[in-house]
Amino acid sequence: MAEAMKQMNMIQAINSALDIKMSQDPDVLVFGEDVGYFGGVFRCTAGLQEKHGLHRCFDTPIAEGGIIGVAVGMAAYGLRPVAEIQFADYIYPGYDQIASEAARLRYRSNGEFTAPLTIRTPVGGGIHGGQTHSQSPEALFTHIAGLKTIIPSNPYDAKGLLIKAIEDNDPVLFLEPKRLYNGPFSGDPHMPARNWSKHELGEVPEGHYTIDFEKARLHREGADLTILCYGTMVWVAEAAVEATGVDADIVDLRSLMPLDLDAIVKSVNKTGRCLVLHEATRTSGFGAELIAEVQQHCFYALETPIVRVTGWDTPYPHALEWEYFPGLERVSEAITRIMED
Amino acid sequence: MTSRKNTSNLSNLYVPEPEFRPGDLPDYSNINLNKEKWPDRPDPLVDAYETEPHATGLVRALKLNGETYGQWDPKLSPDTLRQALRHMLLTRVVDKRMFAMQRQGKLSFYMKSIGEEAIAVATAMALEDTDMVFPSYRQQGILMTRGWPVVDLMNQCLSNKADKLQGKAIPICYSVRDKGFYSISGNLGTQMIQAVGWAMACAYKGTNEVASAFTGEGATAEGDFHYALNFASTYRAPVIINVVNNQWAISTFQGIAAGQSRSFASRGLGFGLASLRVDGNDFLAVYAAVKWASERARNGGGATVIEHFTYRQEGHSTSDDPSAYRAKGEAEAWPFGDPIDRLKEHLIKLGEWDQEQQDALIVELKAHVRESYKKAEAMGTLASPTEINPATMFEQVFEEMPTHLRRQRQELGI
Repeated sequence: MAEAMKQMNMIQAINSALDIKMSQDPDVLVFGEDVGYFGGVFRCTAGLQEKHGLHRCFDTPIAEGGIIGVAVGMAAYGLRPVAEIQFADYIYPGYDQIASEAARLRYRSNGEFTAPLTIRTPVGGGIHGGQTHSQSPEALFTHIAGLKTIIPSNPYDAKGLLIKAIEDNDPVLFLEPKRLYNGPFSGDPHMPARNWSKHELGEVPEGHYTIDFEKARLHREGADLTILCYGTMVWVAEAAVEATGVDADIVDLRSLMPLDLDAIVKSVNKTGRCLVLHEATRTSGFGAELIAEVQQHCFYALETPIVRVTGWDTPYPHALEWEYFPGLERVSEAITRIMED
Repeated sequence: MTSRKNTSNLSNLYVPEPEFRPGDLPDYSNINLNKEKWPDRPDPLVDAYETEPHATGLVRALKLNGETYGQWDPKLSPDTLRQALRHMLLTRVVDKRMFAMQRQGKLSFYMKSIGEEAIAVATAMALEDTDMVFPSYRQQGILMTRGWPVVDLMNQCLSNKADKLQGKAIPICYSVRDKGFYSISGNLGTQMIQAVGWAMACAYKGTNEVASAFTGEGATAEGDFHYALNFASTYRAPVIINVVNNQWAISTFQGIAAGQSRSFASRGLGFGLASLRVDGNDFLAVYAAVKWASERARNGGGATVIEHFTYRQEGHSTSDDPSAYRAKGEAEAWPFGDPIDRLKEHLIKLGEWDQEQQDALIVELKAHVRESYKKAEAMGTLASPTEINPATMFEQVFEEMPTHLRRQRQELGI
């Protein structure tokens, strides 16, 4: 039977995932700052309170530690809470409840208590948000044992991965690249904005489906270079590959923890060259982990040093956003350099 | 009454100090129990702000001479009181045994609850066994009361092959779901807001359960405590927020967390929560207060903050020597007595107990604890090579082991 498809942007895809899980499972609750009546500052929870009731989708006090703390308690009880943190930049008051509690409850109780909660939060730059609305803190979370960290790059993946996250019996941090909510982004702010309405990855099944974790997605298949990336940088990579004409594999990691190492190794062993991209600051970023794995597993296949293009090790600036952001120009230059090496 | 200097002559910065430090003679003559306000027992569904006298006064039911007083006496049967005494004594005997075994190197660490047994035991007896407690680290009396075998407690502390946590947690960080005892974190205060989430889940599912969370007075300074009060108030969660004020957070006296507030219980009033300050060494008062709060929670009245006013008779843990920061004789001078002695006196006054029975009970409990320890020791101690399979280290990180953990396990050679 053909699955009914619908064109969705990433906000609608996320909303659809929440709606489906709330309809299927009475233990799924959605809460956070402004998510109830209003439907969230990015509208991801629009209509859920009206449809499912005040007790299923509600506003919370402005207290990220409190939001995640009650979610841990609810999850331990047996519910499946989905908490929204309005911006990832605000998640730090909840860090202790994530790192010391949600991620370790199963281990310290040897499986007696678990924390099957999902934390959704928008990440990344490109929206003139400055240092308090643009951060990419994924590496602070992939370092935590017991936590899964997921980051989709398109509506199709967002819905399938979010449903998977809600159904997962462990805590999942679900990072939503806010620059991609309405469409792909080339990394060049002067190019015309695109939206998901004509994009094949904006074609989303209306019903229930899941995408497994620990599975990367080969966004583009090529022969000469492997680009490891996730979130917004998938689309910057695509634009840079088009601009440079280099035949590259673009590996959209999607699941940072657990990581699909096999897909990475397979691609780099094929191409012999590797470029790592992320928006986050460079030092101790997730790219460092990727590079360590690639050099260990693909050392003899590598023809050139592995290169990374990232945000600079500064707070995210407001006026100089496009000097900070690892956009089309910087990524294209890096590709050219690698291929000339 | 001595008064320590709270400012140096170099600065106007005020830094509170306790009344007594080593070298001082503890003197509590300023606490006149006969003059303390003993507030009456209001209806459990009273407006939260009506509990202001309870939040700043002291709820008591048992005088130091063993007689009862006032409206809070829960009027328990002699059998129930004897059960309470047994649970409290068992807790103390276990604590002393484990402390001694730590000194012999059989376990890495232990924490006694001496002087605070009434709080845990009365809580467990006043609640239903299905009500989840979110303990801090001095509520082992709840496990004694709910019948968790002593040998299981010891196995956990010894991290031996019979430890059901497989040595994943340090001693005393128990997790006993089937006894309604939430996994102890070891990070202070985090359980408070989780208990509120649990209670919200109870309300959401329409069960009649309540949650009961414990923190020491020191960790009330953590954000999690304030989150807990706020969320509990906002969503009228059926939760009891217990603050065990035993005066000392390791070496830090209660005034560092309290600041200028009159009591820890009064923190609840600002959030619109019913708040009681209770004599924590008075079994009857603690029992009555927990009953009151659970009745309020079960009938839609929301959360209650209970400050249990007590005294930590011994060190913070086996790693701590309180003589370095507390005045000698402070525990003995503490005017609220010992909770076990006070309940015993009460039973004797009722004509339901005597010293001979007390002595016999202690002998019986010691024998039981000795036997339990023998069984536990036979399963291994810290002093013996561990028999826990190293492969288990990689289990329960996630429900299913991801590839990277499988690879790391292989790297370890197992």
